[in-house]
Amino acid sequence: MTCDNEVPVPGAQVPVRRRQFLTFLVAAPVLTVAVPGTAEAVIPTLPQPAEILDLGDVLILAGTPTAGALAVLRVGEDGVVTLELPRAEVGQGITTACAMLVAEELDLPLGQVRVTLADARPELLMNQLTGGSNTMRSVYGPVRQAAAAARARLLAAAARQHGVAVERLSTRDGAVILPDGRPIVYELLTSAAAQLTGTFAAQPKPASEHRLVGTPQSRIDARAMVTGQFKYTLDQDVPGAMPTVVRRPPTINGSVRSVDSAAAKAMPGVLAIGVVPTGVAVVAETFGQAMAARDALKVTWNPGTIDALSDKEIRAKLQAATLPFVVPPLLTQHLDMEFDFAFVSHAPMETNSAIADVRDDRAEIWAGLKSPIVAQQTIAAAIGLPESAVEVHVMQGGGSFGRRLFFDAALEAAQISKALRRPVKLMWDRKDDMRHGRARAASHHKLRATFGLGNVLTFEHRVASVETDFRHGLGEILTATAAKLPVAGNLSFAQTVFLTTCKVPYNFGVVTSLLNEVPLRMHTGSWRSVYSANTRGAEEVLVDQLAKKMGKDPVAFRREFLKTARQRAVLNKVVAEGQWGRSMPQGFAQGIGFHDEYKSCTACLVEIDARDPRNPRVVKAVIAVDVGRPINPRGLEAQMLGGLTDAISTTLRAGLHIDKGLPLEGSFSQFHYARQKDAPLDVRIHVMPATGEPGGAGELGVPAAVGAIANAYSRATGIVPSSFPIIFPVDFEPFPR
Amino acid sequence: MPTYTMIVNGKPVTVEAPADMALLWVLRDKLGVRGPKFGCGIGVCRACTSHLNGAEIQPCVTPVAECSGQEVTTIEGLASGDDLHPVQEAWLEQDVAQCGYCQPGQIMAAAALLRTKQEITDEDIDRIANVCRCGTYFRIRQAIKSAAAKM
Repeated sequence: MTCDNEVPVPGAQVPVRRRQFLTFLVAAPVLTVAVPGTAEAVIPTLPQPAEILDLGDVLILAGTPTAGALAVLRVGEDGVVTLELPRAEVGQGITTACAMLVAEELDLPLGQVRVTLADARPELLMNQLTGGSNTMRSVYGPVRQAAAAARARLLAAAARQHGVAVERLSTRDGAVILPDGRPIVYELLTSAAAQLTGTFAAQPKPASEHRLVGTPQSRIDARAMVTGQFKYTLDQDVPGAMPTVVRRPPTINGSVRSVDSAAAKAMPGVLAIGVVPTGVAVVAETFGQAMAARDALKVTWNPGTIDALSDKEIRAKLQAATLPFVVPPLLTQHLDMEFDFAFVSHAPMETNSAIADVRDDRAEIWAGLKSPIVAQQTIAAAIGLPESAVEVHVMQGGGSFGRRLFFDAALEAAQISKALRRPVKLMWDRKDDMRHGRARAASHHKLRATFGLGNVLTFEHRVASVETDFRHGLGEILTATAAKLPVAGNLSFAQTVFLTTCKVPYNFGVVTSLLNEVPLRMHTGSWRSVYSANTRGAEEVLVDQLAKKMGKDPVAFRREFLKTARQRAVLNKVVAEGQWGRSMPQGFAQGIGFHDEYKSCTACLVEIDARDPRNPRVVKAVIAVDVGRPINPRGLEAQMLGGLTDAISTTLRAGLHIDKGLPLEGSFSQFHYARQKDAPLDVRIHVMPATGEPGGAGELGVPAAVGAIANAYSRATGIVPSSFPIIFPVDFEPFPR
Repeated sequence: MPTYTMIVNGKPVTVEAPADMALLWVLRDKLGVRGPKFGCGIGVCRACTSHLNGAEIQPCVTPVAECSGQEVTTIEGLASGDDLHPVQEAWLEQDVAQCGYCQPGQIMAAAALLRTKQEITDEDIDRIANVCRCGTYFRIRQAIKSAAAKM
């Protein structure tokens, strides 16, 4: 079944059976370079790199050579169509959105489409990375083309079986419709379609004919979730894989010096104990017993890599690393501002976890993985097996927010399984997940704007950040190795990400944004929206202060300086729906923020109750979002809601304090991620009509909301926040190290 | 090692476990009841929230000995066969779940609340302290109000 638009893929995971068929499509995602138009009465700003080529474009380009092999579609004899998706679902709703694309092209009821997560497929090279808000952007073409080719094949089979021209056939509700109106359900055609040879060129439907795509749909996995039937990594039964935990060092990257395990070994249920590079592993019959034995181990430790560092020293390093401004504050009016952002744990509800079964000649791994290829390649090297002998299964994850770009639990589980010669079910304790897991890097920001005669003349932003670890590369070993190079390795990746994600959406004359990173040997990683939450959040605070200094209303100011009509449309939407400027009681205020990334834009208007400045609550939020083409508006709204809650948390209360080489926070009673009492009582999200191709959505919601909340806080209290989270005491007794 | 008999989701079970073993591990590791999730182990994230005789508990901090002879209900036991509990129905209606990991606990907390109180206020809902790291709180609020209206 090789034909022009269907190429067989070596190493594909799905066995091709005679009576079902698969399609793999050659796709050619087109890079669209659009230079936005400029407003007239303002001093236009030259396009910044991210306006010409954003990170999503880079990822799509990197994936282009293998895009044809991306979507593996199986049309089964039961009429169920299964898409094997080489991406990670971690709550963002991509399996539902992809099922909608397949159902749309095949004219199938949504309930007849299944989406499974593909195992690591090294032949996809750089095209099995879930990040950069890029899933729907990168799969929108290939998945629809695969489904369109499958439909063409089913039509051809029906044409042959019934002796009619293909042009006289149509499809509806999972059936080919004959000229006389009789439906032939797909399952009756699957076998014949699988045996056809020839070319089945097919174009996906034009968007104007979409009946399902663009309509609000509920999650395809919701029922399993609300009934407790949904299986996450540790809910799987793998024969012989027993509960395993690790005793970890008192400081980040510390290592074991000596272990006395006599008492622990004698405890009930304990099966095995052994030293691994990250600590001491304990396997037991239950997690409760494994944790009890872990706590009974007597371990001495070698120092870690940042033992001498606490927040104070890190902040000083960041301030010292902040690059200078170009424009001196002479002759013109100017506004300078500085901001600090704390480290923030990713803290997905499902802690870092993995199952590993390593044998002498093969290994099998199960984990939530956003970069499974580099995981497979790294694990193979670490346990001394050829890559082809390591099977890596991607499990749906209980949250990620960037965390599962790293496969440290999978690697650690494989090392434990090899060392103890038994399959293991590894779970990180919450304390370890917060203290030894990944975090958003702390950053320091200096901004300067100069202005005169009603215009902004220059705008400069200097970001100094603790290094954000990009050593997962683009998801495979080559770019991951490049990111590890000692000279400019990670930093060049970081610069690329910074320059391809962060852009000032305003005509502020001469704009320069520069990043400098302080490499500290600790565990960081991209956190939902990477640099943008802090970088753009800080800019939105400055914009409000600049408007004030120039005697303008924050909304009128943004309207004047935003670059495009599309950007102004989302702003106008929240202004109208959220009744900007309505009178509020003392201690309450509105605040506004705007953000544009990955070909999408959003505005957020919040109302805050800050009658007690130490105990503020965002009580209402109005959001407008334009993603170019919403696939599933209901899912998009969920993403914006999540971004809003992330912004509420990280702006007001949630962060990590670093104390002598370790975060103090060790659980949700200490790391103050928002709870229901912190969440708005009213949230309204307006999805703008489709205008083009899908843009990014997963991370979009955070930065605008950070700005809106900080601005509302300062309007309500008169205190302009300069350090985030705003309310950040150590209000707990830290767990022992 | 002592043995404990209790009713889990309507069925009597007997397990051998140390008296202080957390119910969560008895459920997950000994009985294979995996709906209640581990999130913190100290009763503060509440992802494991289940019911003991109809009232909310956190199995990660409830010793198995305390459940002896009692009725334990987990998310798996909330529906009657294929008929979902009104709270579960409301969760589907509002499409609450994102990653879904905290949702069994959220649903069990809401169901326990609605069992004791018909007129639900925003203040009641605010007191549900279960963490949802995906930040679905507003949809949770809507779902609880919707379920309350139908119950």
